[in-house]
Amino acid sequence: MKNKKQLLEHVIHGIFLILGLITVGCVLVITVYLIISGIPAIREIGLTDFLFGKVWASTAAEPYYGILPFILTSIYGTAGAILIGVPIGFLNAVYLAKLAHPKVKSVIHGAVSLLAGIPSVVYGLVGMMVLVPAIRILFDVPDGASLLAAIIVLAVMILPSIINVSLTALESVPKEYEDASLALGATPIETYFRVSVPAAKSGIAASVVLGVGRAIGEAMAVMMVAGNAANMPSLFESVRFLTTAVSSEMSYAADGSLQMQALFSIALVLFLFIMLINATLNFFLKRDQEK
Amino acid sequence: MQNKTISKKRKSYIAGMRLLMGIAVSITCALVLFIIGYVMFKGLPNITWELLTTKPGYLSGQIGILPDILNTLYIVIAALLIVLPLGVGAAIYLTEYAQNKKLVAIIEYASETLSGIPSIIYGLVGMMIFFQFFGMETSLLAGALTLVIMNLPTVMRTTQESLKTVPQSYREGAFGLGAGKWRVVRTVVLPGCVDGIITGCILSVGRILGESAALLYTAGFAHSLNNFWEGLSSPGATLTVALYVYAKDNGEFQVAFAIAAILMILTVLINLTVTFVGNYFKKRRNI
Repeated sequence: MKNKKQLLEHVIHGIFLILGLITVGCVLVITVYLIISGIPAIREIGLTDFLFGKVWASTAAEPYYGILPFILTSIYGTAGAILIGVPIGFLNAVYLAKLAHPKVKSVIHGAVSLLAGIPSVVYGLVGMMVLVPAIRILFDVPDGASLLAAIIVLAVMILPSIINVSLTALESVPKEYEDASLALGATPIETYFRVSVPAAKSGIAASVVLGVGRAIGEAMAVMMVAGNAANMPSLFESVRFLTTAVSSEMSYAADGSLQMQALFSIALVLFLFIMLINATLNFFLKRDQEK
Repeated sequence: MQNKTISKKRKSYIAGMRLLMGIAVSITCALVLFIIGYVMFKGLPNITWELLTTKPGYLSGQIGILPDILNTLYIVIAALLIVLPLGVGAAIYLTEYAQNKKLVAIIEYASETLSGIPSIIYGLVGMMIFFQFFGMETSLLAGALTLVIMNLPTVMRTTQESLKTVPQSYREGAFGLGAGKWRVVRTVVLPGCVDGIITGCILSVGRILGESAALLYTAGFAHSLNNFWEGLSSPGATLTVALYVYAKDNGEFQVAFAIAAILMILTVLINLTVTFVGNYFKKRRNI
Protein backbone atom coordinates (compact mmCIF):
# COMPACT_ATOMS: atom_id res chain seq x y z
CA MET A 1 0.00 0.00 0.00
CA LYS A 2 2.68 2.43 1.02
CA ASN A 3 4.88 1.51 -1.95
CA LYS A 4 2.02 2.07 -4.30
CA LYS A 5 1.44 5.50 -2.88
CA GLN A 6 5.10 6.38 -3.16
CA LEU A 7 5.17 5.18 -6.72
CA LEU A 8 2.21 7.40 -7.54
CA GLU A 9 3.98 10.38 -6.00
CA HIS A 10 7.07 9.65 -8.08
CA VAL A 11 5.09 9.33 -11.28
CA ILE A 12 3.29 12.60 -10.63
CA HIS A 13 6.54 14.34 -9.77
CA GLY A 14 7.92 13.07 -13.08
CA ILE A 15 4.90 14.36 -15.02
CA PHE A 16 5.25 17.82 -13.52
CA LEU A 17 8.98 17.78 -14.24
CA ILE A 18 8.27 17.06 -17.90
CA LEU A 19 5.69 19.85 -18.03
CA GLY A 20 8.23 22.18 -16.47
CA LEU A 21 10.83 21.28 -19.03
CA ILE A 22 8.56 21.92 -22.01
CA THR A 23 9.54 25.59 -22.25
CA VAL A 24 13.22 24.67 -22.23
CA GLY A 25 12.53 22.11 -24.93
CA CYS A 26 10.68 24.66 -27.05
CA VAL A 27 13.50 27.19 -26.82
CA LEU A 28 16.05 24.53 -27.73
CA VAL A 29 14.02 23.24 -30.66
CA ILE A 30 13.42 26.74 -32.03
CA THR A 31 17.08 27.71 -31.65
CA VAL A 32 18.49 24.52 -33.14
CA TYR A 33 15.95 24.53 -35.93
CA LEU A 34 16.63 28.12 -36.91
CA ILE A 35 20.38 27.52 -36.91
CA ILE A 36 20.14 24.32 -38.94
CA SER A 37 17.83 25.79 -41.53
CA GLY A 38 19.49 29.20 -41.59
CA ILE A 39 23.09 28.12 -42.13
CA PRO A 40 22.93 26.48 -45.62
CA ALA A 41 21.92 29.64 -47.48
CA ILE A 42 24.52 31.72 -45.64
CA ARG A 43 27.18 29.20 -46.64
CA GLU A 44 26.09 29.21 -50.23
CA ILE A 45 25.84 32.99 -50.52
CA GLY A 46 28.79 33.77 -48.29
CA LEU A 47 28.47 35.47 -44.92
CA THR A 48 29.77 38.89 -45.97
CA ASP A 49 27.78 38.92 -49.21
CA PHE A 50 24.69 37.96 -47.26
CA LEU A 51 25.03 40.37 -44.36
CA PHE A 52 26.56 43.32 -46.20
CA GLY A 53 25.22 42.90 -49.73
CA LYS A 54 23.20 45.95 -50.64
CA VAL A 55 20.96 44.31 -53.24
CA TRP A 56 18.15 41.88 -52.60
CA ALA A 57 16.74 40.48 -55.82
CA SER A 58 15.63 36.97 -54.99
CA THR A 59 13.48 36.44 -58.06
CA ALA A 60 15.79 37.98 -60.67
CA ALA A 61 17.41 35.80 -63.34
CA GLU A 62 20.71 36.37 -61.57
CA PRO A 63 19.58 36.53 -57.97
CA TYR A 64 21.24 38.66 -55.30
CA TYR A 65 20.74 37.94 -51.63
CA GLY A 66 22.09 40.90 -49.70
CA ILE A 67 20.15 41.75 -46.53
CA LEU A 68 21.94 44.93 -45.49
CA PRO A 69 18.88 46.99 -46.52
CA PHE A 70 16.67 44.92 -44.18
CA ILE A 71 19.11 45.05 -41.28
CA LEU A 72 19.57 48.81 -41.59
CA THR A 73 15.84 49.38 -42.01
CA SER A 74 15.11 47.37 -38.87
CA ILE A 75 17.75 49.30 -36.93
CA TYR A 76 16.68 52.73 -38.21
CA GLY A 77 13.01 51.93 -37.79
CA THR A 78 13.50 50.73 -34.22
CA ALA A 79 15.74 53.67 -33.36
CA GLY A 80 13.16 56.08 -34.75
CA ALA A 81 10.35 54.44 -32.81
CA ILE A 82 12.41 54.58 -29.62
CA LEU A 83 13.30 58.22 -30.24
CA ILE A 84 9.62 59.14 -30.44
CA GLY A 85 8.10 56.58 -28.10
CA VAL A 86 10.49 56.66 -25.15
CA PRO A 87 10.24 60.36 -24.20
CA ILE A 88 6.45 60.27 -24.45
CA GLY A 89 6.18 56.98 -22.54
CA PHE A 90 8.69 58.05 -19.90
CA LEU A 91 6.94 61.36 -19.17
CA ASN A 92 3.62 59.52 -19.01
CA ALA A 93 5.06 57.06 -16.52
CA VAL A 94 6.41 59.82 -14.26
CA TYR A 95 3.06 61.59 -14.35
CA LEU A 96 1.12 58.41 -13.59
CA ALA A 97 3.48 57.21 -10.87
CA LYS A 98 3.88 60.45 -8.96
CA LEU A 99 1.44 63.19 -9.86
CA ALA A 100 -1.81 61.73 -11.12
CA HIS A 101 -4.91 61.60 -8.95
CA PRO A 102 -5.76 57.91 -8.30
CA LYS A 103 -8.94 58.12 -10.38
CA VAL A 104 -7.18 59.82 -13.30
CA LYS A 105 -4.41 57.27 -12.96
CA SER A 106 -6.74 54.30 -13.20
CA VAL A 107 -8.47 55.76 -16.26
CA ILE A 108 -5.23 56.49 -18.12
CA HIS A 109 -3.76 53.18 -17.04
CA GLY A 110 -6.84 51.44 -18.45
CA ALA A 111 -6.42 53.34 -21.70
CA VAL A 112 -2.78 52.30 -21.91
CA SER A 113 -3.62 48.62 -21.35
CA LEU A 114 -6.21 48.96 -24.07
CA LEU A 115 -3.51 50.32 -26.37
CA ALA A 116 -1.44 47.24 -25.53
CA GLY A 117 -4.31 44.92 -26.36
CA ILE A 118 -5.21 46.32 -29.78
CA PRO A 119 -4.23 43.75 -32.44
CA SER A 120 -1.32 44.79 -34.64
CA VAL A 121 -3.38 44.47 -37.82
CA VAL A 122 -5.72 47.13 -36.48
CA TYR A 123 -2.74 49.46 -36.03
CA GLY A 124 -1.70 48.53 -39.54
CA LEU A 125 -5.16 49.29 -40.91
CA VAL A 126 -5.41 52.67 -39.18
CA GLY A 127 -1.85 53.49 -40.29
CA MET A 128 -2.67 52.49 -43.83
CA MET A 129 -5.83 54.60 -44.01
CA VAL A 130 -4.77 57.66 -42.00
CA LEU A 131 -1.01 57.91 -41.70
CA VAL A 132 0.03 56.89 -45.20
CA PRO A 133 -2.22 59.38 -47.03
CA ALA A 134 -1.32 62.06 -44.45
CA ILE A 135 2.41 61.61 -45.10
CA ARG A 136 1.82 61.68 -48.85
CA ILE A 137 -0.01 64.99 -48.66
CA LEU A 138 2.06 66.65 -45.91
CA PHE A 139 5.48 65.91 -47.36
CA ASP A 140 4.41 65.87 -50.99
CA VAL A 141 5.89 62.46 -51.79
CA PRO A 142 4.51 60.04 -54.41
CA ASP A 143 3.70 57.30 -51.88
CA GLY A 144 3.20 57.69 -48.15
CA ALA A 145 3.98 54.03 -47.41
CA SER A 146 7.44 54.63 -46.04
CA LEU A 147 9.91 54.21 -43.22
CA LEU A 148 8.41 57.26 -41.51
CA ALA A 149 4.95 55.69 -41.43
CA ALA A 150 6.42 52.50 -39.95
CA ILE A 151 8.35 54.48 -37.33
CA ILE A 152 5.22 56.29 -36.15
CA VAL A 153 3.14 53.11 -35.99
CA LEU A 154 5.91 51.32 -34.08
CA ALA A 155 6.28 54.26 -31.68
CA VAL A 156 2.60 53.98 -30.80
CA MET A 157 2.82 50.21 -30.45
CA ILE A 158 5.77 50.27 -28.00
CA LEU A 159 4.24 53.02 -25.88
CA PRO A 160 2.33 50.66 -23.53
CA SER A 161 5.39 48.50 -22.74
CA ILE A 162 7.48 51.57 -21.99
CA ILE A 163 4.82 53.18 -19.81
CA ASN A 164 4.00 50.00 -17.86
CA VAL A 165 7.55 48.88 -17.12
CA SER A 166 8.78 52.40 -16.24
CA LEU A 167 5.70 52.89 -14.08
CA THR A 168 6.42 49.76 -12.04
CA ALA A 169 10.04 50.84 -11.59
CA LEU A 170 9.09 54.36 -10.51
CA GLU A 171 6.46 53.09 -8.09
CA SER A 172 8.95 50.87 -6.32
CA VAL A 173 11.36 53.71 -5.50
CA PRO A 174 11.54 53.85 -1.68
CA LYS A 175 9.50 56.72 -0.32
CA GLU A 176 12.33 57.71 2.03
CA TYR A 177 14.44 58.88 -0.92
CA GLU A 178 11.74 61.28 -1.97
CA ASP A 179 11.00 62.41 1.58
CA ALA A 180 14.66 63.20 2.12
CA SER A 181 14.81 65.24 -1.06
CA LEU A 182 11.63 67.11 -0.15
CA ALA A 183 12.93 67.81 3.34
CA LEU A 184 16.06 69.33 1.83
CA GLY A 185 13.87 71.87 0.07
CA ALA A 186 13.47 70.42 -3.41
CA THR A 187 10.05 70.87 -4.93
CA PRO A 188 8.03 67.74 -5.77
CA ILE A 189 8.73 67.96 -9.52
CA GLU A 190 12.47 68.37 -8.93
CA THR A 191 12.36 65.42 -6.57
CA TYR A 192 10.63 63.19 -9.08
CA PHE A 193 12.99 63.96 -11.93
CA ARG A 194 16.26 64.23 -10.01
CA VAL A 195 15.77 61.62 -7.28
CA SER A 196 13.06 59.13 -8.25
CA VAL A 197 14.02 58.81 -11.91
CA PRO A 198 17.73 58.15 -11.27
CA ALA A 199 16.75 55.64 -8.58
CA ALA A 200 14.54 53.81 -11.08
CA LYS A 201 16.96 53.99 -13.97
CA SER A 202 17.47 50.22 -14.31
CA GLY A 203 13.76 49.65 -14.71
CA ILE A 204 13.45 52.51 -17.15
CA ALA A 205 16.36 51.13 -19.16
CA ALA A 206 14.63 47.75 -19.14
CA SER A 207 11.49 49.38 -20.53
CA VAL A 208 13.51 50.85 -23.40
CA VAL A 209 15.08 47.48 -24.19
CA LEU A 210 11.65 45.84 -24.08
CA GLY A 211 10.44 48.49 -26.50
CA VAL A 212 13.36 47.72 -28.83
CA GLY A 213 12.41 44.04 -28.76
CA ARG A 214 8.76 44.78 -29.56
CA ALA A 215 9.64 47.15 -32.38
CA ILE A 216 12.19 44.92 -34.06
CA GLY A 217 9.88 41.89 -33.92
CA GLU A 218 6.71 43.53 -35.22
CA ALA A 219 5.68 42.26 -38.63
CA MET A 220 2.06 42.75 -39.62
CA ALA A 221 1.56 46.42 -38.84
CA VAL A 222 4.86 47.28 -40.51
CA MET A 223 3.97 45.18 -43.52
CA MET A 224 0.82 47.25 -44.00
CA VAL A 225 2.44 50.70 -43.84
CA ALA A 226 6.08 50.39 -44.97
CA GLY A 227 5.52 49.62 -48.65
CA ASN A 228 7.74 46.54 -48.71
CA ALA A 229 10.26 47.38 -51.42
CA ALA A 230 13.81 46.18 -50.72
CA ASN A 231 15.38 49.66 -50.75
CA MET A 232 18.16 50.99 -48.60
CA PRO A 233 16.42 52.85 -45.78
CA SER A 234 15.43 56.44 -46.26
CA LEU A 235 12.68 58.27 -44.42
CA PHE A 236 10.27 58.69 -47.34
CA GLU A 237 11.24 55.58 -49.27
CA SER A 238 9.31 52.33 -49.32
CA VAL A 239 11.30 49.90 -47.17
CA ARG A 240 11.38 46.31 -45.96
CA PHE A 241 12.20 45.23 -42.40
CA LEU A 242 13.78 41.92 -41.37
CA THR A 243 10.38 40.68 -40.24
CA THR A 244 8.55 41.73 -43.38
CA ALA A 245 11.33 40.35 -45.57
CA VAL A 246 10.52 36.92 -44.14
CA SER A 247 6.76 37.15 -44.34
CA SER A 248 6.42 38.84 -47.71
CA GLU A 249 8.18 36.13 -49.71
CA MET A 250 7.17 33.19 -47.58
CA SER A 251 3.99 32.56 -49.51
CA TYR A 252 5.59 32.05 -52.91
CA ALA A 253 9.13 30.84 -52.22
CA ALA A 254 9.48 27.27 -53.46
CA ASP A 255 10.24 24.61 -50.86
CA GLY A 256 13.95 23.83 -50.66
CA SER A 257 14.99 26.63 -53.03
CA LEU A 258 17.83 28.97 -52.16
CA GLN A 259 15.25 31.74 -51.82
CA MET A 260 13.39 29.81 -49.11
CA GLN A 261 16.64 28.96 -47.35
CA ALA A 262 17.67 32.60 -47.48
CA LEU A 263 14.39 33.53 -45.76
CA PHE A 264 15.35 31.20 -42.94
CA SER A 265 18.74 32.86 -42.75
CA ILE A 266 17.00 36.23 -42.38
CA ALA A 267 14.90 34.74 -39.58
CA LEU A 268 18.12 33.51 -37.96
CA VAL A 269 19.60 37.02 -38.07
CA LEU A 270 16.40 38.41 -36.57
CA PHE A 271 16.49 35.72 -33.89
CA LEU A 272 20.07 36.61 -32.97
CA PHE A 273 19.06 40.26 -32.62
CA ILE A 274 16.22 39.23 -30.31
CA MET A 275 18.46 36.99 -28.19
CA LEU A 276 20.91 39.86 -27.78
CA ILE A 277 18.07 42.15 -26.72
CA ASN A 278 16.76 39.52 -24.27
CA ALA A 279 20.19 39.18 -22.68
CA THR A 280 20.39 42.96 -22.28
CA LEU A 281 16.90 43.06 -20.80
CA ASN A 282 17.81 40.34 -18.31
CA PHE A 283 20.94 42.24 -17.35
CA PHE A 284 18.94 45.34 -16.44
CA LEU A 285 16.21 43.42 -14.61
CA LYS A 286 18.71 41.36 -12.61
CA ARG A 287 20.61 44.49 -11.64
CA ASP A 288 17.38 45.96 -10.40
CA GLN A 289 16.62 42.91 -8.27
CA GLU A 290 20.05 42.77 -6.73
CA LYS A 291 19.79 46.30 -5.46
CA MET B 1 5.90 81.04 0.62
CA GLN B 2 7.90 78.39 -1.08
CA ASN B 3 7.64 80.16 -4.39
CA LYS B 4 9.48 83.22 -3.08
CA THR B 5 12.53 81.24 -2.10
CA ILE B 6 13.22 79.34 -5.31
CA SER B 7 15.17 80.85 -8.14
CA LYS B 8 13.86 81.69 -11.59
CA LYS B 9 15.91 78.92 -13.13
CA ARG B 10 14.29 76.31 -10.91
CA LYS B 11 10.86 77.76 -11.54
CA SER B 12 11.29 77.50 -15.28
CA TYR B 13 12.61 73.93 -14.92
CA ILE B 14 9.52 72.95 -12.96
CA ALA B 15 7.17 74.68 -15.36
CA GLY B 16 8.96 73.12 -18.34
CA MET B 17 8.72 69.60 -16.91
CA ARG B 18 5.05 70.11 -16.08
CA LEU B 19 4.41 71.28 -19.61
CA LEU B 20 6.28 68.34 -21.16
CA MET B 21 4.38 65.84 -19.01
CA GLY B 22 1.12 67.51 -19.91
CA ILE B 23 1.95 67.25 -23.60
CA ALA B 24 3.00 63.59 -23.31
CA VAL B 25 -0.13 62.57 -21.40
CA SER B 26 -2.40 64.44 -23.79
CA ILE B 27 -0.72 62.74 -26.75
CA THR B 28 -1.35 59.32 -25.22
CA CYS B 29 -4.97 60.06 -24.37
CA ALA B 30 -5.62 61.63 -27.75
CA LEU B 31 -4.10 58.59 -29.47
CA VAL B 32 -6.29 56.13 -27.61
CA LEU B 33 -9.42 58.18 -28.21
CA PHE B 34 -8.56 58.72 -31.87
CA ILE B 35 -7.84 55.06 -32.62
CA ILE B 36 -10.98 53.82 -30.88
CA GLY B 37 -13.14 56.59 -32.29
CA TYR B 38 -11.83 56.22 -35.82
CA VAL B 39 -12.16 52.44 -35.95
CA MET B 40 -15.66 52.53 -34.45
CA PHE B 41 -16.78 55.36 -36.72
CA LYS B 42 -15.53 53.59 -39.82
CA GLY B 43 -16.39 50.07 -38.72
CA LEU B 44 -19.67 50.04 -36.82
CA PRO B 45 -21.88 51.13 -39.77
CA ASN B 46 -20.45 48.23 -41.78
CA ILE B 47 -21.31 45.54 -39.26
CA THR B 48 -24.50 44.06 -40.60
CA TRP B 49 -26.37 40.93 -39.67
CA GLU B 50 -25.62 39.59 -43.11
CA LEU B 51 -21.89 40.14 -42.71
CA LEU B 52 -21.87 38.28 -39.41
CA THR B 53 -23.95 35.29 -40.45
CA THR B 54 -22.89 34.38 -43.97
CA LYS B 55 -19.84 33.05 -45.67
CA PRO B 56 -18.25 34.79 -48.62
CA GLY B 57 -19.83 33.84 -51.94
CA TYR B 58 -17.64 34.22 -54.97
CA LEU B 59 -20.59 34.20 -57.35
CA SER B 60 -22.74 36.70 -55.55
CA GLY B 61 -19.64 38.77 -54.64
CA GLN B 62 -20.89 39.33 -51.12
CA ILE B 63 -18.61 38.99 -48.13
CA GLY B 64 -19.49 37.33 -44.85
CA ILE B 65 -17.21 36.74 -41.92
CA LEU B 66 -19.03 33.92 -40.14
CA PRO B 67 -16.29 31.38 -41.06
CA ASP B 68 -13.63 33.72 -39.69
CA ILE B 69 -15.55 34.18 -36.44
CA LEU B 70 -15.94 30.42 -36.05
CA ASN B 71 -12.29 29.79 -36.93
CA THR B 72 -11.22 32.27 -34.27
CA LEU B 73 -13.46 30.54 -31.75
CA TYR B 74 -12.11 27.09 -32.67
CA ILE B 75 -8.51 28.18 -32.45
CA VAL B 76 -9.07 29.87 -29.09
CA ILE B 77 -10.73 26.73 -27.67
CA ALA B 78 -8.11 24.35 -29.07
CA ALA B 79 -5.15 26.47 -27.95
CA LEU B 80 -6.58 26.99 -24.45
CA LEU B 81 -7.38 23.30 -23.99
CA ILE B 82 -3.74 22.44 -24.66
CA VAL B 83 -1.95 25.39 -23.09
CA LEU B 84 -3.80 25.33 -19.77
CA PRO B 85 -2.65 21.92 -18.51
CA LEU B 86 0.88 22.53 -19.80
CA GLY B 87 1.24 26.03 -18.36
CA VAL B 88 -0.42 25.28 -15.02
CA GLY B 89 1.58 22.07 -14.68
CA ALA B 90 4.84 23.86 -15.38
CA ALA B 91 3.98 26.57 -12.85
CA ILE B 92 3.13 23.93 -10.22
CA TYR B 93 6.43 22.21 -10.87
CA LEU B 94 8.34 25.44 -10.42
CA THR B 95 6.66 26.54 -7.18
CA GLU B 96 5.76 23.22 -5.54
CA TYR B 97 8.11 20.50 -6.70
CA ALA B 98 11.37 21.93 -7.97
CA GLN B 99 14.25 21.89 -5.53
CA ASN B 100 17.15 22.48 -7.86
CA LYS B 101 17.57 26.25 -8.02
CA LYS B 102 19.59 26.10 -11.20
CA LEU B 103 16.89 24.15 -13.00
CA VAL B 104 14.28 26.69 -11.90
CA ALA B 105 16.47 29.51 -13.20
CA ILE B 106 16.89 27.74 -16.53
CA ILE B 107 13.17 27.13 -16.92
CA GLU B 108 12.34 30.70 -16.01
CA TYR B 109 14.95 31.99 -18.44
CA ALA B 110 13.51 29.78 -21.17
CA SER B 111 10.04 31.09 -20.48
CA GLU B 112 11.27 34.70 -20.66
CA THR B 113 13.03 33.94 -23.92
CA LEU B 114 9.85 32.42 -25.34
CA SER B 115 7.86 35.53 -24.50
CA GLY B 116 10.43 37.70 -26.27
CA ILE B 117 10.49 35.82 -29.56
CA PRO B 118 8.54 37.70 -32.25
CA SER B 119 5.44 36.01 -33.58
CA ILE B 120 6.72 35.91 -37.14
CA ILE B 121 9.48 33.53 -36.01
CA TYR B 122 6.89 31.35 -34.31
CA GLY B 123 4.96 31.29 -37.54
CA LEU B 124 7.99 30.29 -39.55
CA VAL B 125 9.28 27.63 -37.18
CA GLY B 126 5.77 26.35 -36.42
CA MET B 127 5.05 25.97 -40.09
CA MET B 128 8.24 24.04 -40.81
CA ILE B 129 8.23 21.84 -37.72
CA PHE B 130 4.58 20.87 -37.74
CA PHE B 131 4.61 20.34 -41.49
CA GLN B 132 7.93 18.54 -41.83
CA PHE B 133 8.04 16.42 -38.71
CA PHE B 134 4.40 15.83 -37.98
CA GLY B 135 3.21 15.73 -41.57
CA MET B 136 0.49 18.29 -40.93
CA GLU B 137 -0.82 20.66 -43.53
CA THR B 138 -1.90 24.26 -43.15
CA SER B 139 -4.66 23.88 -40.60
CA LEU B 140 -6.21 25.50 -37.57
CA LEU B 141 -4.65 22.80 -35.41
CA ALA B 142 -1.14 23.71 -36.60
CA GLY B 143 -2.01 27.34 -35.85
CA ALA B 144 -3.37 26.45 -32.43
CA LEU B 145 -0.25 24.46 -31.55
CA THR B 146 1.95 27.40 -32.55
CA LEU B 147 -0.15 29.64 -30.32
CA VAL B 148 0.18 27.16 -27.46
CA ILE B 149 3.95 27.67 -27.41
CA MET B 150 3.49 31.44 -27.63
CA ASN B 151 1.05 31.58 -24.72
CA LEU B 152 2.79 29.10 -22.46
CA PRO B 153 4.86 31.81 -20.70
CA THR B 154 1.73 33.90 -20.04
CA VAL B 155 -0.20 31.08 -18.39
CA MET B 156 2.89 29.98 -16.47
CA ARG B 157 3.59 33.46 -15.14
CA THR B 158 0.05 34.28 -13.99
CA THR B 159 -0.38 30.86 -12.35
CA GLN B 160 2.99 31.13 -10.64
CA GLU B 161 2.15 34.56 -9.29
CA SER B 162 -1.08 33.36 -7.73
CA LEU B 163 0.55 30.17 -6.41
CA LYS B 164 2.95 32.34 -4.49
CA THR B 165 0.02 34.00 -2.70
CA VAL B 166 -1.31 30.67 -1.36
CA PRO B 167 -0.17 30.80 2.28
CA GLN B 168 2.57 28.33 3.19
CA SER B 169 0.63 27.41 6.34
CA TYR B 170 -2.15 25.84 4.25
CA ARG B 171 0.34 23.44 2.72
CA GLU B 172 1.95 22.70 6.07
CA GLY B 173 -1.46 22.11 7.61
CA ALA B 174 -2.32 19.58 4.94
CA PHE B 175 1.05 17.87 5.22
CA GLY B 176 0.64 17.74 8.97
CA LEU B 177 -2.64 15.92 8.54
CA GLY B 178 -0.77 13.25 6.62
CA ALA B 179 -1.59 14.21 3.06
CA GLY B 180 0.85 13.29 0.31
CA LYS B 181 2.35 15.89 -1.98
CA TRP B 182 -0.03 15.21 -4.84
CA ARG B 183 -3.03 15.36 -2.57
CA VAL B 184 -1.87 18.72 -1.21
CA VAL B 185 -1.38 20.07 -4.72
CA ARG B 186 -4.76 18.81 -5.86
CA THR B 187 -6.87 19.86 -2.91
CA VAL B 188 -5.08 22.86 -1.42
CA VAL B 189 -2.77 24.45 -3.95
CA LEU B 190 -4.79 24.18 -7.17
CA PRO B 191 -8.00 25.71 -5.78
CA GLY B 192 -5.87 28.55 -4.44
CA CYS B 193 -4.56 29.53 -7.83
CA VAL B 194 -7.84 29.63 -9.74
CA ASP B 195 -7.59 33.39 -10.15
CA GLY B 196 -4.16 33.11 -11.76
CA ILE B 197 -5.40 30.46 -14.14
CA ILE B 198 -8.43 32.53 -15.10
CA THR B 199 -6.31 35.65 -15.64
CA GLY B 200 -3.87 33.62 -17.73
CA CYS B 201 -6.79 32.31 -19.78
CA ILE B 202 -8.19 35.74 -20.50
CA LEU B 203 -4.79 37.20 -21.36
CA SER B 204 -4.17 34.28 -23.70
CA VAL B 205 -7.53 34.76 -25.37
CA GLY B 206 -6.62 38.39 -25.94
CA ARG B 207 -3.30 37.47 -27.42
CA ILE B 208 -4.78 34.78 -29.66
CA LEU B 209 -7.47 37.17 -30.89
CA GLY B 210 -4.84 39.72 -31.82
CA GLU B 211 -2.32 37.34 -33.32
CA SER B 212 -1.83 37.28 -37.04
CA ALA B 213 1.82 36.90 -38.05
CA ALA B 214 2.13 33.47 -36.45
CA LEU B 215 -1.08 32.28 -38.08
CA LEU B 216 -0.65 33.47 -41.66
CA TYR B 217 1.41 30.48 -42.70
CA THR B 218 0.34 27.92 -40.12
CA ALA B 219 -3.45 28.28 -40.20
CA GLY B 220 -3.86 29.73 -43.68
CA PHE B 221 -6.39 32.03 -45.31
CA ALA B 222 -9.42 29.89 -46.19
CA HIS B 223 -12.93 31.16 -45.49
CA SER B 224 -14.88 27.91 -45.58
CA LEU B 225 -17.59 27.05 -43.10
CA ASN B 226 -16.73 24.03 -40.90
CA ASN B 227 -17.71 22.46 -37.63
CA PHE B 228 -15.16 22.16 -34.83
CA TRP B 229 -13.46 18.91 -35.80
CA GLU B 230 -13.48 19.58 -39.51
CA GLY B 231 -12.28 23.09 -38.83
CA LEU B 232 -9.26 21.94 -36.86
CA SER B 233 -7.97 19.81 -39.68
CA SER B 234 -8.60 22.28 -42.47
CA PRO B 235 -7.04 25.67 -43.13
CA GLY B 236 -8.90 28.76 -42.02
CA ALA B 237 -8.40 32.47 -41.44
CA THR B 238 -9.03 33.97 -38.02
CA LEU B 239 -10.52 37.46 -37.74
CA THR B 240 -7.14 39.20 -37.69
CA VAL B 241 -5.83 37.28 -40.68
CA ALA B 242 -9.09 37.97 -42.51
CA LEU B 243 -8.70 41.68 -41.73
CA TYR B 244 -5.19 41.62 -43.15
CA VAL B 245 -6.22 39.79 -46.31
CA TYR B 246 -9.27 41.98 -46.94
CA ALA B 247 -7.31 45.20 -46.37
CA LYS B 248 -4.00 44.41 -48.02
CA ASP B 249 -4.81 42.02 -50.84
CA ASN B 250 -8.45 42.62 -51.71
CA GLY B 251 -8.87 46.31 -50.91
CA GLU B 252 -12.17 45.60 -49.13
CA PHE B 253 -11.74 48.32 -46.55
CA GLN B 254 -15.34 48.34 -45.35
CA VAL B 255 -15.11 44.71 -44.32
CA ALA B 256 -11.65 45.32 -42.83
CA PHE B 257 -12.98 48.16 -40.69
CA ALA B 258 -15.98 46.11 -39.62
CA ILE B 259 -13.62 43.35 -38.42
CA ALA B 260 -11.39 45.95 -36.77
CA ALA B 261 -14.39 47.33 -34.88
CA ILE B 262 -15.35 43.83 -33.71
CA LEU B 263 -11.77 43.16 -32.57
CA MET B 264 -11.72 46.51 -30.78
CA ILE B 265 -14.93 45.71 -28.90
CA LEU B 266 -13.52 42.31 -27.91
CA THR B 267 -10.28 43.96 -26.73
CA VAL B 268 -12.22 46.37 -24.52
CA LEU B 269 -14.28 43.49 -23.10
CA ILE B 270 -11.17 41.42 -22.36
CA ASN B 271 -9.47 44.33 -20.63
CA LEU B 272 -12.53 44.98 -18.49
CA THR B 273 -12.78 41.29 -17.58
CA VAL B 274 -9.13 41.11 -16.50
CA THR B 275 -9.59 44.12 -14.23
CA PHE B 276 -12.87 42.75 -12.90
CA VAL B 277 -11.46 39.28 -12.18
CA GLY B 278 -8.41 40.81 -10.51
CA ASN B 279 -10.53 43.00 -8.24
CA TYR B 280 -12.99 40.22 -7.46
CA PHE B 281 -10.31 37.82 -6.27
CA LYS B 282 -8.42 40.53 -4.41
CA LYS B 283 -11.55 41.34 -2.46
CA ARG B 284 -12.30 37.71 -1.76
CA ARG B 285 -8.80 37.14 -0.53
CA ASN B 286 -8.93 40.07 1.87
CA ILE B 287 -12.06 38.81 3.61
